[in-house]
Amino acid sequence: MPTLWFILVAFMLSMYVLLDGFDLGAGIIHLFVAKNNDERRMILQAIGPVWDGNEVWLIVAGGTLFFTFPLLYASSFSGFYLPLIIVLWLLMLRGVAIELRSLIPSPVWSAFWDGLFFLGSALLAIFYGAALANVLRGVPLDQSGYFFEPLWTDWNPYSLTPGILDWYTVLIGLLSLTTLAMHGANYIAVKTENEVNARARRIARLAWVATIVLSVPSTIATFSVQPHIAASFISRPWGFIFPIIALIGLVGMGYNTIRQHDMGAFLSSGAFILGMLTSSAYGLYPLVLPAVHPANSLTIDNASASQYGLAVGLAWWIVAMILAAIYFILTYRLFRGKVRPAEAGGHY
Amino acid sequence: MDASTILSRLQFAFTISYHYLFPQLTMGLALLLVILKTLYLLRRDERYNTSARFWAKIFAIGFIVGVVTGIPMEFQFGTNWARFSTNAGEIIAQTLAMEGAFAFFLESTFLGIFLFGEQVFGQKMHLFSACMLWIGTWLSGGFIVATNAWMQHPVGYIIAPNGRFHISNFWAVLFNPWILAQYMHTMSGAVLTGSFFMTGLGAYYLLSKVHLDYGRIFVTLGVIVGLIASVIQLYPSGDLEGRQVADYQPSKLAAMEGLFSTEQGAGIVIIGQPDTANNRLDNPIIVPKVLSFLTYQRWNATVKGINAFPPDQRPDSIDLLYYSYHIMVGLGTFFIAITGLAFLLLWRKLLFQTRWMLWVLMLATPFPFIANTAGWFTTELGRQPWVVFGLMHTAQGSSTTLSSGNVLFTLIGFAGMYLLLGLLYVVLVVFEALRGPKTEEETTQETEEIAPQGA
Repeated sequence: MPTLWFILVAFMLSMYVLLDGFDLGAGIIHLFVAKNNDERRMILQAIGPVWDGNEVWLIVAGGTLFFTFPLLYASSFSGFYLPLIIVLWLLMLRGVAIELRSLIPSPVWSAFWDGLFFLGSALLAIFYGAALANVLRGVPLDQSGYFFEPLWTDWNPYSLTPGILDWYTVLIGLLSLTTLAMHGANYIAVKTENEVNARARRIARLAWVATIVLSVPSTIATFSVQPHIAASFISRPWGFIFPIIALIGLVGMGYNTIRQHDMGAFLSSGAFILGMLTSSAYGLYPLVLPAVHPANSLTIDNASASQYGLAVGLAWWIVAMILAAIYFILTYRLFRGKVRPAEAGGHY
Repeated sequence: MDASTILSRLQFAFTISYHYLFPQLTMGLALLLVILKTLYLLRRDERYNTSARFWAKIFAIGFIVGVVTGIPMEFQFGTNWARFSTNAGEIIAQTLAMEGAFAFFLESTFLGIFLFGEQVFGQKMHLFSACMLWIGTWLSGGFIVATNAWMQHPVGYIIAPNGRFHISNFWAVLFNPWILAQYMHTMSGAVLTGSFFMTGLGAYYLLSKVHLDYGRIFVTLGVIVGLIASVIQLYPSGDLEGRQVADYQPSKLAAMEGLFSTEQGAGIVIIGQPDTANNRLDNPIIVPKVLSFLTYQRWNATVKGINAFPPDQRPDSIDLLYYSYHIMVGLGTFFIAITGLAFLLLWRKLLFQTRWMLWVLMLATPFPFIANTAGWFTTELGRQPWVVFGLMHTAQGSSTTLSSGNVLFTLIGFAGMYLLLGLLYVVLVVFEALRGPKTEEETTQETEEIAPQGA
């Protein structure tokens, strides 16, 4: 049962990164893709009806993690205190920026929120990457299962007292930035036409090259920083399917870019994200939070809730996910197609 | 209680009090939006639809602030209350996760359709999305009340030897008897906020002689719904809550009523300042025997005083708890009085000419926010010193690895961030309120006028 919930929580977090990933990406690239007020409003129209729903995946994944692995939730959230609260502030500023930029028709007002939308999105992408890297690298857990990490210490991922930021976690943060920029540019390309579409394609290509360049050292560093991952893949080799999915995504992205097939490129960048995240989860299993001293690591067994709690949670979770799938299909069907240049009286 | 725990309490209290200013408004307005849309479809009077479109904008601004200030609430259980989360997460996070899974997906989907889809999907779909939005916001409130109910009145659990609470009966937790009265009281409180907001703006329009048609619609609807909600606040929901507290949380009852020693035929305090050092009430005005009667329906019933409880089981902020409760009750009485009077005037067709009453209604706009906040202060301060009533002390629930400096840092950050959000909110709502409700043709005209500058 804990293994099943490990998979389901990983699935929900992946859904969050895939979905909020493209609207974060849209925020990262929008200053470079959309050059005037009408074009900026088009970007917001493209993500407007869905970004809030995308963020719900974070809340639901968080809540699910909370009741299925209470100790993991408590330990990681208190240990990553500062970066998590900073993430919250960025989520706030970014959400407000999206919704408020067009409410007062003043060029200064909208320029301010456009800048904040960019900054919030870019920093969130970096922080999410760094957060994943912290989980992969391991944290200084004590015997009671708690820890605290300062924002940075000696920038050395092999240290006994690591910080949130070191060269490894920053590297993964940058990889996350280029990946989400690529994903977001693909989404904007799907949703737009003409100049905006052409600029989005160009940025997607640039981000694709940067992602390839960063992926190589990131992968090598990950295996070096966390030996458990290599051990997992060697003992259960069928898991190589996950990195292969990532690779297919990366190659497919290049192929679809040359063919100028925007939807194909978007699905490819999605596959790359999914492959990278599932590879990470697979490599960690059965650990959920590795410790600097391996004996203190949290695993699916010592961090999970009771059998009854997990079983009863599964029953309502299935119902909720069916409903969520219906809403999801409804929203994306209703708002499918290209966005038009901002119409009079539109919300954004 | 160490400095880090105290600061964590302050941060939670600040962020949740601030957050709840917005959901109480949007839960109230969601119901009013459904009523306006229904009136439009029944009477085919374009003004109702224009009103609905106008309030949807106010709703959307509040909703977005509610969403962004809501995310920190779930996170803070883990960040600042790690030991509580480790021990109780298996239970309280079931309902928290259900809120996200059942209510938030619903809300976000239908808010999108409600805001963007009127022209595209037609009027029936628009009304349907308004209803779903209303259900979503109220479902969300239900799961939060259910989560809080378990902390007030734990049920359906077993305690493991290591101190962790395991869920043993899911339905008992989901249908905790504590929920009913608390949910009714919370929801009618939210309707009160929404209807006073609508009434207040309508009164402003009437007083300043602009948007008169809309002013009349807002005041009429607001006063009628506000009167119903004010009465429900007192009876049955307030009455049920009072009895529930008397039965299960006598320490809360004693502290909120300012009753220091156990009394037979205890009186009810109308005014007075608690002096906790000397266990007495200064300058009291007391109506004899009424507290005993209200609590137990017998004039000479015995009501336990604060001193009947050991020091480690008494609420730790008796003064604030006492004032919160009295502010809530005082304002609740005031709401019944003014909505009742306004309703009489409305019925006699005198309200729109009675300028002093319109002034009162306009100036009353912020008071339901205060009453709702004071009500939650009463509930939560009265739960102290427990984080799970009777089972786990608040001091035992905080994160052990957090230094007070780190918590103070984030508390200051939240204060700054929320000051900015508050200013933005006020600016935008005032901006929308001054623009007023506009029909579609008027909006198109306006956009064309500003288009050269906006482009």
